[in-house]
Amino acid sequence: MLKRSLFHFGRFIQWVPQILSRPENFRMYWRETMRQMEQIGLGSFLIVFLISIFIGAVTAVQFAYQLTGFTIPRYYVGYIVRDMTLIEMAPTITCLVLAGKVGSNIAAEIGGMQQKEHVAAMEIMGVNTSSFLVLPRLIACIVMVPILVCIASIVSMIGAYLGSVPTGMFTSDEFIRGLRAFFDSYHVVMMLVKALVFGIVLCLVSCYQGYYVKNGSVELGKSSTQAVVISNILILLSDYLIAVLLT
Amino acid sequence: MIRIENIKKSFGEKEVLKGLNLEFHKGKNNLIIGRSGAGKTVLLKILVGLLQPTSGTVWYDDVDFTKLGKRDLREVRMKVGMLFQGSALFDSMNVAENIRFPMDMFSTKTKKEKDMRVDLCLERVELEGANDKYPGELSGGMQKRVGIARSIVLEPKYLFCDEPNSGLDPKTSLVRDQLISSITIENNITTVINTHDMNSVMEIGDNIALLSDGHAVWQGNKAEVLTTENQTLQDFIFASPFLLKLRDSFVKD
Repeated sequence: MLKRSLFHFGRFIQWVPQILSRPENFRMYWRETMRQMEQIGLGSFLIVFLISIFIGAVTAVQFAYQLTGFTIPRYYVGYIVRDMTLIEMAPTITCLVLAGKVGSNIAAEIGGMQQKEHVAAMEIMGVNTSSFLVLPRLIACIVMVPILVCIASIVSMIGAYLGSVPTGMFTSDEFIRGLRAFFDSYHVVMMLVKALVFGIVLCLVSCYQGYYVKNGSVELGKSSTQAVVISNILILLSDYLIAVLLT
Repeated sequence: MIRIENIKKSFGEKEVLKGLNLEFHKGKNNLIIGRSGAGKTVLLKILVGLLQPTSGTVWYDDVDFTKLGKRDLREVRMKVGMLFQGSALFDSMNVAENIRFPMDMFSTKTKKEKDMRVDLCLERVELEGANDKYPGELSGGMQKRVGIARSIVLEPKYLFCDEPNSGLDPKTSLVRDQLISSITIENNITTVINTHDMNSVMEIGDNIALLSDGHAVWQGNKAEVLTTENQTLQDFIFASPFLLKLRDSFVKD
């Protein structure tokens, strides 16, 4: 187990400089990056929207329930929901979901190309496949994941509002007062740092799993699953490290 | 011309190629034949640089291909075309985009020039008007023709074909062989074909190498195939009693 992990780590470290080498043709890379941004960004918008709105609603309802009976002002729920969303829920939950949707898709797509000899065909043409297949996806993740996380945080707060105000838990004024209370912009920075790191992690792990897939449909399925599992573990690990470093 | 000297390749304990020495001539159809597991695909992958040999040298004319740096390797590869067994067409691109891909990546031609070149290549493989079709809409034979068109779009000096007739009927295989052969002769390129197809051997085999157990056990042309006394080649080509009888009657005549 340890030997295998070290083997993959070593191979990954050797692989990264190939990804970052100079592109052969900037226009082709640009075109591919745009395609990936559309696939990763627009393609994930709906699921991120749906998950965020419900998470926001549930967070508000449950905090309101747990704070019942304490002498804490009711508008604090808005404040707690906002900070929880910014610091933890929006970046972490969104990226765990994206690891499942985008990560498995990336691993399966590159793995399929590897198995159908598309990657070999590109290599023979003289294309640096590590770079051409990974760099556009990496840039797309670096740009789109933080945007999706920002959207998720806004939608989550709207979800919290819709889940609690119309049902009579608080008044609209109370909730909005809570959302505005004790705002610290550093929390937004933390959210963006997390989104950026998680985006890089899920992209590189998934690309690696797809690029080094072995032959056979079983292996393709395995690599896709591995991409999601390893991304999730590394996202949670880096979540902890960022929390320690930035707080 | 491509020349290989004392090529050896091992995977772990298993030695697949055991010191191959072969020459592939310019303007000729050079065929690599042999039973499954004889090392044909491994040899082809070494020839195009997808695998590194354990030892030995591959010469592209006077260039040692095995010792090239990344930049030089890329330059040589731009002179190489390859047709894959499964065609390896990019599913997300249509036929024209597939063929144009190497030009988009490396050529400084204008869009109009690229489109003209795509049309010319499609005409060469008799697929005029298929520009907007996607690989999924084409038959296996048509996909192979698109693969050929893509492999010749940058006017390569060396063409490699891995099992070009696998999955095709004998008549279509014959047409495909003739197409590859005419491209080879017209453009005076070095073509190396990895095949199991005995029709190909007898139709276009200008220079045939038989691999067996990691060694090149026979080399000759299609005429010599019929008269050779090499037992390994006879066992391979005339594997069935019917073919053996056919050969005997042919030689008698």
